Amino acid sequence: MSKKVLMQGNAACVAGAIKAGMRFFAGYPITPSTEIAEMASLKLPTVGGHFIQMEDELASMAAIIGASCVGVKSMTATSGPGFSLKQENIGYACMAEIPCVIVNVQRSGPSTGLPTSPSQGDVMQSRWGTHGDHPMIVLSPSSVTETYYLTIRAFNLAEKYKTPVILLMDEIIGHLREGIEINDEDVQIIERNKLDLNENKKGYEVSGDELVPSKHLQGNMKYNITGLSHGFDGFPTNNNKVAGELHERLMKKIDENKDDIVTYQEYKTDDADTIVVCFGGSARIVATAVDMAREEGYKVGMFRAITIWPSPEEALRKLSERVKRIIVVEHNYGQYLLEVQRIVNNPNCKIDFLGKVDGTVIIPDEVLKVIKEVK
Amino acid sequence: MGNNREELRLTGSGGQGVILATIILADIALQAGKYVAQSQSYGPEARGGLCKAEVIISNKEIGYTKVMNPTLLLSLTQSSLDTYSKTIDENCILVVDSSLEVKENVKCKKLYQFPILSCAKEKVGKVFTANIVAVGLLCNILGFTDQELIKETVLKYVPKGTEEINNKALDEGFNLFKE
Repeated sequence: MSKKVLMQGNAACVAGAIKAGMRFFAGYPITPSTEIAEMASLKLPTVGGHFIQMEDELASMAAIIGASCVGVKSMTATSGPGFSLKQENIGYACMAEIPCVIVNVQRSGPSTGLPTSPSQGDVMQSRWGTHGDHPMIVLSPSSVTETYYLTIRAFNLAEKYKTPVILLMDEIIGHLREGIEINDEDVQIIERNKLDLNENKKGYEVSGDELVPSKHLQGNMKYNITGLSHGFDGFPTNNNKVAGELHERLMKKIDENKDDIVTYQEYKTDDADTIVVCFGGSARIVATAVDMAREEGYKVGMFRAITIWPSPEEALRKLSERVKRIIVVEHNYGQYLLEVQRIVNNPNCKIDFLGKVDGTVIIPDEVLKVIKEVK
Repeated sequence: MGNNREELRLTGSGGQGVILATIILADIALQAGKYVAQSQSYGPEARGGLCKAEVIISNKEIGYTKVMNPTLLLSLTQSSLDTYSKTIDENCILVVDSSLEVKENVKCKKLYQFPILSCAKEKVGKVFTANIVAVGLLCNILGFTDQELIKETVLKYVPKGTEEINNKALDEGFNLFKE
């Protein structure tokens, strides 16, 4: 039986990553994600891994793709301005199907914004930050403990679906310290299924209904990896049929596996007529506001997206069919609100919004006030 | 300690170590079996500038991780006192350095004025130990009495080579409240 220890969200991310098998980290430190690079630099050498501080965020992203290409589980961490710089290479990892984990501890933006202040303004960027149609998995933790387990899950999903996975944290959780009790008994780690040199199989080969190539390229073999549209052998092609099939497969490998990927939390929703939708650090505020409102007799519950992308569409739509009102609470100008509006689209369910963009944290009283505003 | 939720806010100037003080207090409370949440807010400066760090200590799982109604406010500088004393009421214990001027209109449950900074500077010999003096003092005020646990916890967080002086600072902090 392990004992609770005090840990910061950013440190829990590194602990989870190492448990998941991360053995390479490349980064360029930036507040409020700096502790991730700091911890990785201290911990990785102790487990036979490598840490490198690159010259900037573009190079960091390129470096983790490179490490992953030769079979090493890799991660980088950043915040808003650095996340913008990583986008081009994130697209490359999507296209070339390179598993890797990108952590973005969001801070107030746009541009360099408020470096030490919390925000959740990169919701849409995390989905569509890089150009072109591409698949994306984005996870957002609401506690230090969950940061540990979700980081492990991010690595597992990256391996399983051969794709970059984004852990979208925020300053509220990244810089929060709380008690964490790590219990690895039920933790499963997905190891890389490496392509055997003697196997007569191409790196990107899929057969039948297969959406993810079953084996992974590894070091010490000759192969081609490209951001250009490519065939099973990894070499560029202008063949529209091959390009079309590739693009469709890349999207479908996530879309058609939502049941496996999507997770969410419902809190006090059973008899609720009002639901507050949130994710990440905002959930801590919302859960408290829900408890306060319940004490005053309001039938209100919380729906928290853990997988932000793909969104928990089906569960939220079902819930919206039996409630009168949904309130979206997030630390931005209304980004996930757009997704909730798209999903719900029901005249019998009113959607309200509470957001904050001044660098401060929403307080439970503010949420309570919106809950009590019966319009 | 109260039965539910203690909300501690430690304030001062960047570089005084108020963030570290809250981390140590959170760890002590965690080991005493409490739920804790520690966080901070600060500007981009490494030194100077207003610094605020918080610990929530509760017997129940903690939802909202920040202070709503402070139950204890510590201020080590005049500007942090002037800023954050506006956020407290009759439910809050106010602990300030003796060198600070507490305005008459400040409402609090109890006012403690201790020579935290001069104690660190003169008795301990290093002004940078003021945060550890404060830890000792606040442990006494909050009713954390396991001195061994407190000492061990402090030593987990201070740089190597400073154990002795921080031990001394902690003792001086304990003694301040007794005096």
